[in-house]
Amino acid sequence: MKERLIVIGNGMAGMRTVEEILKLDADAYDITVFGSEPYGNYNRIMLSPVLAGDKTIDEIMINDEQWYVDNNITLHKGKTIVDIDRKARKVIVDDGSEYEYDRLLMATGSNPFIIPLPGHDLEGVIAFRDIHDVDTMIDAAKNYKHAVVIGGGLLGLEAANGLMQQGMKVTVLHIVDTLMERQMDSVAGKMLRKSLEERGMEILMPASTKEIVGEGHVEKVILEDGREIETGLVVMAVGIRPNIELASKVGIHCERGVVVNDTLQTFDPRVYAVGECVQHRGETYGLVAPLFEMAKVCANHLVRHGIGLYEGSVTSTKLKVTGIDLFSAGDFIGDENTEELVFQDASRGVYRKLVIDDNKVKGAVMYGDTIDGSWYFDLMRDETDITDFREKILFGQAHLGDSGHGDENRIAMMADTAEICGCNGVSKGDIVQSINVNKLLTLEEVRAHTKASSSCGSCTGLVESLLAHTVGGDYSVAPHLKPLCACTEHTHDEIRNAIKENGLKSIRATMDFLEWDSPDGCSKCRPALNYYVMCAYPDANSDDSQSRFINERAHANIQKDATYSVIPRMWGGGTTPGELRAIADVAEKYKVKTVHVTGGQRIALYGLTKQELPEIWGELNDAGLVSGHAYGKALRTVKTCVGKEWCRFGTQDSTQIGIDLEKMTWGSWTPHKFKMAASGCPRNCAEATIKDFGVVCVDSGYELHVGGNGGIKVRATDLLCAVKTAEEVLEYAAAFMQIYREQAHYLERTAPWIERVGLTYVKEQIVDDEEQRKAFAERFLFSQKFAQDDPWEARAKGAEKHEFEPIKQLNA
Amino acid sequence: MSEDWIEVGLLSDIPKLGARVVSRDTGDIAVFRTADDEIFALRDSCPHKGGPLSQGIVMGNRVACPLHDWKINLDSGDAVAPDEGCAASYPVKMDGETIMLSLTPNEGCPNK
Repeated sequence: MKERLIVIGNGMAGMRTVEEILKLDADAYDITVFGSEPYGNYNRIMLSPVLAGDKTIDEIMINDEQWYVDNNITLHKGKTIVDIDRKARKVIVDDGSEYEYDRLLMATGSNPFIIPLPGHDLEGVIAFRDIHDVDTMIDAAKNYKHAVVIGGGLLGLEAANGLMQQGMKVTVLHIVDTLMERQMDSVAGKMLRKSLEERGMEILMPASTKEIVGEGHVEKVILEDGREIETGLVVMAVGIRPNIELASKVGIHCERGVVVNDTLQTFDPRVYAVGECVQHRGETYGLVAPLFEMAKVCANHLVRHGIGLYEGSVTSTKLKVTGIDLFSAGDFIGDENTEELVFQDASRGVYRKLVIDDNKVKGAVMYGDTIDGSWYFDLMRDETDITDFREKILFGQAHLGDSGHGDENRIAMMADTAEICGCNGVSKGDIVQSINVNKLLTLEEVRAHTKASSSCGSCTGLVESLLAHTVGGDYSVAPHLKPLCACTEHTHDEIRNAIKENGLKSIRATMDFLEWDSPDGCSKCRPALNYYVMCAYPDANSDDSQSRFINERAHANIQKDATYSVIPRMWGGGTTPGELRAIADVAEKYKVKTVHVTGGQRIALYGLTKQELPEIWGELNDAGLVSGHAYGKALRTVKTCVGKEWCRFGTQDSTQIGIDLEKMTWGSWTPHKFKMAASGCPRNCAEATIKDFGVVCVDSGYELHVGGNGGIKVRATDLLCAVKTAEEVLEYAAAFMQIYREQAHYLERTAPWIERVGLTYVKEQIVDDEEQRKAFAERFLFSQKFAQDDPWEARAKGAEKHEFEPIKQLNA
Repeated sequence: MSEDWIEVGLLSDIPKLGARVVSRDTGDIAVFRTADDEIFALRDSCPHKGGPLSQGIVMGNRVACPLHDWKINLDSGDAVAPDEGCAASYPVKMDGETIMLSLTPNEGCPNK
């Protein structure tokens, strides 16, 4: 018989945990859910838009009753658990019935705090917590003109805004003199006050309520200072308290909340708890992102996978009031050890403050334009050293050399037809509709349903902002480091370290050691692991071709019609009449549809069938041409100009430098593609300053530039250093490639890698420290011993035949 | 059941976690081999944009299309949700070490 799981609480946290359990192992439990409210599971954070009339109740239901039926879950709605017999392992329901459990999940949420003022129990005094409260408010709006909201925090202001939308005149009473003081500093608080007052909201603060007066139904509110406000409705939104009534009654250890450990287990090992009722490492949470993280970890332990710890959340907040953009995250107040970076433009209504500690972002408050919120949040989460772009950080990510997306980043003002994801042709309207119709709550879900940001990823920030805008407020990315893929909990860095420290010399060994969640990985992790193992042990012969993307397996680029392209290497961009003749012969013989000159100074042949490839390669080999690796996460091209051999401005032999660089580095596999260039003078005709490694020759020697990118997001290189001799150029190139090979994440180009680790760090490693540089360069050259075999030659001679030929040819 | 079983080749002709193609004028069929030596056959055409599934990365009982990384179930030919669509699946069976394939696709998918 299956084990029985009883869930107390039919809210977001409980049901998210159940969904995670179903995903991991649908047969793990017989699940029974008890909920006091007479509904399925709905998105509580969306109550504000319901009140404001922007959404209906149906639109905010996450799981309707059919969902429970479809997943064999027994739902007892409108029933409350009044007691738990932990010894006999059963729960007692308010109707007297009893149910036994093997595991119990408490997701009892929180209760709104009602200040016990005189008159708090009058009719018309309510909290803002559930559908019933919203119904009461909408009814009140029909019968009364004036409402008072006690509490100028997030929830209070959303309630006040909603009541105004319903046509009421609203007065907000706030006890201190800054609105949303837990999410805003005083400057942002003032800007917020100004925009709310412009909309017609009356805000009194500091204002302390003395009593609520009325005959049966509320009639007015009296303040401590004697002021009186006539009203037909009082909404108390002064905070929430974890609902621990049941837990403490049955002797489960509680402080402010139900105390849980990092696996969301309470002091009773059979009882788990998630959500707002929980107290974890001294913190309680009232936002949605932490609940999702808890749900994931808790589910993992409930199905006995035993992986993953919940280590607390850094949260960010947004106000769900249309037209007002504010964002805050982390420690945005700071202390005597922190610094502040502030940008303020009162007439545009824009304010940004970052709290910095030791050149790392600790917290952020933004008002007016919040598009960079998710970027600052990433910097916080990754603890990125911001030294190198500190002077630009307040202007946002668009100002870090990005010419691609710049100013269009104003989500709210964008038309529905505006294209968000250029790769997959997904518009703002498509995404918003999918979020609403499919009730999506995370970036991963949006990617799965719409494909937006699932290809090149450059619009991830836009999609995240759109998600935050659409589902509202406290959506946020998970603040812990991201795992490599859904098959593991481990990050790229953890995996690379494990491979090195434990001598893991194959993909299988790595997956076994790190207890992979899927039997043979996925199309995301297998290529990454293959690279990581190969990089750590170049001599171990570990390459697994079945874990390579097709291009690297077939040594040619697959095209949209399943044909392939062939691009031979042209050393430093140079070629000969003999090579050109061989290419022309092949192009004619195989009826090549397109001959094209590439951006990397080479010639590409398009439209070849896979079966033809080895033969063509053989003919090109005969003329001395080899694979250009134009298909690989590998050294691609070294672009050059003709330098001082011909050019009247040339200062050094840039062509020869390019050839030498390419001879040294060809065949090496890298985390992502790697391009180089060498220009003969600062006019820089070879465009060396948008390459991963660029050389600009000057009269006194060579300037070395790194981390450039001409692709999705243009980024000019950073100057690494200047050197005197060609030998030094080669040594630095080898060292730079190796530190990138060893330390970047798979599929991370040098540009984002340098922005993540900081140029200063790279300089410390390979410029300031000569010994270290030589060691990196040596490891690079060692690994090249095993990498510099022309893959075309072997295959032209018959290797890997199965890759290129059909297993069976019919109607031939 | 269909009469048109053909001999395709040996199990060892296909690499583990790999695929080979049965080439025909009316459209190729991809024959897959999983980690535990199960064999599946699908029309070699992704329901998304016709990508050659035979060239994808095989994982568990799924393949990732090489063009846009759609995941297709090898047993049914259905795209993994939330993507929608299918590639027709073809009956396969083993005769000792020899892989046998029927050229009559299973019912249910128009992408034949």
